[in-house]
Amino acid sequence: MANSNNRGQTFAQKALARAAGREHALVGEILDVTPDVILSHDNTAAIRKVWKEFGQERVLNPHKLAITLDHAVPAPTSVHAQNHKEIRSFAEEQGIVNFFEAGRGICHQVLSEEVVVKPGQVILGADSHTPHFGWLGAFGAGIGRSEVAALWAQGDLWLKVPSTIRIHLNGILPPSVTAKDFTLKIIGDLGSDGGIYRSIEFAGDTVHAMSIDSRSVLPNMMAELGAKNSFICPDETTLAYCTARLTRRRFGHAASPDQSQQIREELVAGCLYPDAECELEAEHFYQADLLEPYVACPHHVDNVVPISELTQVRVDQAFIGTCTNGRLEDIAAAAGILAGKNIAKHTRLLVIPASSEVLQESMRLGYADALVSAGAMLGVPGCGPCMGNHLGIPAPGEVIISSANRNFQGRMGTPEADIYLSSPAVVAASAVTGYITDPREL
Amino acid sequence: MAEPITGRIWTFGDNVNTDVIFPGKYTYTLKNSSDIAAHALEDLEPEFASRVQPKDIIVAGTNWGCGSSREQAVTCLVYAGVSAIVAKSFSRIYYRNALNNGLLAIECPEFVEQAQAGLAATISLQNSTIKLEGLLEPFAFKPFSTDVIRLLEAGGLVSFVKKQLNQT
Repeated sequence: MANSNNRGQTFAQKALARAAGREHALVGEILDVTPDVILSHDNTAAIRKVWKEFGQERVLNPHKLAITLDHAVPAPTSVHAQNHKEIRSFAEEQGIVNFFEAGRGICHQVLSEEVVVKPGQVILGADSHTPHFGWLGAFGAGIGRSEVAALWAQGDLWLKVPSTIRIHLNGILPPSVTAKDFTLKIIGDLGSDGGIYRSIEFAGDTVHAMSIDSRSVLPNMMAELGAKNSFICPDETTLAYCTARLTRRRFGHAASPDQSQQIREELVAGCLYPDAECELEAEHFYQADLLEPYVACPHHVDNVVPISELTQVRVDQAFIGTCTNGRLEDIAAAAGILAGKNIAKHTRLLVIPASSEVLQESMRLGYADALVSAGAMLGVPGCGPCMGNHLGIPAPGEVIISSANRNFQGRMGTPEADIYLSSPAVVAASAVTGYITDPREL
Repeated sequence: MAEPITGRIWTFGDNVNTDVIFPGKYTYTLKNSSDIAAHALEDLEPEFASRVQPKDIIVAGTNWGCGSSREQAVTCLVYAGVSAIVAKSFSRIYYRNALNNGLLAIECPEFVEQAQAGLAATISLQNSTIKLEGLLEPFAFKPFSTDVIRLLEAGGLVSFVKKQLNQT
């Protein structure tokens, strides 16, 4: 048998087995999984309504719920405001410790900054970008609203153990070529169903040389490959980030080295790594030195071309933000390109930091000033116009270059608009010239 | 679940995403079922909501329902009367959301290749087959597991969990 108990296991097998209270799990097996964290956001009010049908007064596991107001903040209409109000009172009534107010930022970024999710844990969320948490070595998968309601009520949910595709990246990324470009290349090569139902593991020296901000992009974008989850082995960079933040969160700024060491040991004990000999469905190898900036053209994320092959595309609005590319490094890249320059006359640039921490750091380091001086609009931390709720909805016939993750027709609220996806550096360079531009040409 | 379901076919292509099935701009504002149904597939097939008939069947290519996890991309079709989606493949969250809302999601590429808009199709869960109007031989699909059948028989996840909670 190819799939026996004697074989080593992938990360997905190990993580789901542990969350199901088992030693071992087979690929394709269906397990009743008890997640460590259950994520929801502005959809929490709708989930609460479903949960109420179960007739419960208290959720089974309030300490596991993580709720962030991010999808439409600050509330653009009274209907959205009412929705937020219901969520606030639910969080209060159920004693939800991990409730994050409007303005704190996007769920995936905030739960990362706060280390609500730890290496080796399972997080299930009513958000399709929940694979994001693979950056820190957790198993994250998106589920539906009814499933979240069921988790609040009974604590577990069936999940099928996915097979694994491993993607290697080795070598040195050329200047202005980013993690986002790598993900667009993968999605262009494998197609938007290329990772459907699969666990996507990342490996290679380039991946482990990446900063936290860069590596976060990889699992996040695998949602656009159809992946169930995605994974990067926790390394020293991961452990240093999580240890520092969790220590501060638990013991405050005056924490002792012993307390910090205690947290680190706790995190290390939770880490899960794939066995050297495990069952992989496929492996793909990429050489970083050969990559270039890529752009996903309307209206599909897998409609990818190298920027060098793109003929002149005039841009009406440029957007930097989202859970994919709204972090400090992204804003720094944009500020570097825009410092001392002006945005093209026919183009608008909207920058929305992924969290309040990113906003504060952007101000402290002068990025916010550089961007606003160049003519950019700076928004409140949140999802912004990514899914067309508010703030920066395009007019019919307009063209958008965006650092987000989806360019589906109507995604930003206007079906007659064209959305192109790229790295923040390409977005910033395009804002300067008013046409989709390779930042290396500026 | 024993009775076969017959409905008229609507055909769609590959990679139909949840933003065109149910636009994100409505996700926090539309709450009642008729409003949600009225916007089903509006950016892709503007006449769908006004012309769809009870029991109609959606036939699609690969990766139906890719994108957002929004459950209204399933419920808008349920509220519009759609009885089943037959596709070459489904995005995984959509597949779960469909079965959890009692909407049949069936993978059957051979049927999709032959199906034409406006023809009738008959789905038998008992035999795990789909018959296409004008063809004698029905197409077979992989039978649903007993767990999924129980979920569908309960009318979806919410009713299923209610039952389970009442038993304990």
